[in-house]
Amino acid sequence: MKLVIAIIKPFKLDEVREALTEIGVTGMTVTEVKGFGRQKGQTEIYRGAEYTTNMVPKLKVEVACATALAPRVVEAIQAAANTGAIGDGKIFVTDIGEAVRIRTGETDDNAL
Amino acid sequence: MINLIRSGTLAIAAVAAPAWAAPVRAPAAEAMTAMVDKGDTAWMLISSALVLMMSVPAFALFYGGLVRTKNMLSVLMQVFMIVSVAALVWVSWGYSLTFTSGGPFIGGLSKAFLAGVTTGSYAATFSNNVYIPEYVFVVFQMTFACITPALIVGAFAERVKFSALMIFTILWLTLVYFPIAHMVWYWAGPDFLPDAPTDAGYLWAMGALDFAGGTVVHINAGIAGLVGCLIIGKRVGFGREATPPHSLTMTMIGASLLWVGWFGFNAGSNLESNGLTALAFLNTFVATAAAAVSWALVEQLRHGRPSLLGAVTGAVAGLVAITPASGFAAPMWAIVLGLIVSPICYLFVSTVKNALKYDDTLDVFGVHCIGGIVGALGTAIVADPALGGQGYFDYTQFPAVAAAYDMGTQFVTQLTAVGITLAWSGLVSAVLFFALDKTIGLRATEESQREGLDLSEHGERAYNY
Repeated sequence: MKLVIAIIKPFKLDEVREALTEIGVTGMTVTEVKGFGRQKGQTEIYRGAEYTTNMVPKLKVEVACATALAPRVVEAIQAAANTGAIGDGKIFVTDIGEAVRIRTGETDDNAL
Repeated sequence: MINLIRSGTLAIAAVAAPAWAAPVRAPAAEAMTAMVDKGDTAWMLISSALVLMMSVPAFALFYGGLVRTKNMLSVLMQVFMIVSVAALVWVSWGYSLTFTSGGPFIGGLSKAFLAGVTTGSYAATFSNNVYIPEYVFVVFQMTFACITPALIVGAFAERVKFSALMIFTILWLTLVYFPIAHMVWYWAGPDFLPDAPTDAGYLWAMGALDFAGGTVVHINAGIAGLVGCLIIGKRVGFGREATPPHSLTMTMIGASLLWVGWFGFNAGSNLESNGLTALAFLNTFVATAAAAVSWALVEQLRHGRPSLLGAVTGAVAGLVAITPASGFAAPMWAIVLGLIVSPICYLFVSTVKNALKYDDTLDVFGVHCIGGIVGALGTAIVADPALGGQGYFDYTQFPAVAAAYDMGTQFVTQLTAVGITLAWSGLVSAVLFFALDKTIGLRATEESQREGLDLSEHGERAYNY
């Protein structure tokens, strides 16, 4: 089992979700996050006072899937979340040690 | 704006003088009963409610949106309670100290606790033989006493101690606001002044023009705010932490309500409902629009992007600037005044404030004091009948006649009035702030500021999601 973690631009969420549904992903978790990478921050000006906000709002999408499906999940997110501009985000993939469905107690692949 | 008086018991009017008859000099209260117009009375009551709306919620929201989330309620609470306390102080001794005859600098206590004010007593307007019920005048003027101290809190928002602020409000109204309002707005009235030509406040007698409160309200509160923010000191983290506004949506709602409420403030200050009222109304509309446009233009040129906060700040600066001139300027000159005020205020809130590094949190000095000064001095120019202005009346004649107008002389008079207001308010406010700071303390502790005044001073938070 793999956990695919993607940091994406907030307005790309719907496209990412559609792309994942198409390849058979049945669940995901989305969190509002802030951070910075190469994009740096934005400059805001209030009555002439400039503020540089170095944290940019993003969404963190987490998808747990079978190991075999993971490459297609990564591919789907990469294609859907891409605008070609700096700040499109990153995708990380890690292993999952164990998974349990709370309602039934099913484990691992059956729990996904 | 004006004043008053002559009380009397409710009496069936003696034969009312028809409008076309010769005006009555120094009419008795019984005769005044027939000199009241229901239209005037209704308009003044509506205006009073509009001016209250300027304080709560308009100024509270305008200011509140500009602070950080953790201090939102503290600002709303400060404004709300200042309005409440000021209303009580006004009817207790404020009205009497401001609008009774006493001396050039302060009135007397003969009407303390509204003694002698009845449904049958009347206040003078700007026209011979036109009166409004004195209760109407009391309530209209009360709204001005409520809003002026509430303006000050913006200068030291996010760090003032609530209890000290309440005590300051009572003292400041008594020692600063009432004397200055008396100096600018008290006079015996057009039917009584000819027989008592010295019965007027010091600045009124000097000929200072302030239609709706540029000096009394805005310069007065603006300089008190500056002095206050210097004595209280900068916010914890000032200059190191970003302090962007937490809700410009609220600020926009507040500014828009201010614009609407200001029609009561300016047009209501005519005390009657007539053509001059409509002129003040129109000027309040167009000068504000012009100032919003010119602030947006300044930002477009300077930053390449016009901001909403800039536009609404410009609108407020325009409202402040037109206030003293609203009943004097021709509409096209009101627009000029609006166009001019925004770049000047912009300079103060962006460049001067940053250069001098004082922490006037919400730009009370940069917008209200500076905008007020631009308006007060500009009034001397735009009131000139040669520019289509209204000039002023010589009320020592009966009936009143238009006086000869000299722009240069008037400018010097306006400058003097501004100087006296700055000096008196600045000095007395400094003494008050200093004394409170050394006794009960004016400044919230560092811990309290870090936590936010909402929780530390009031035990609640603005937003629970």
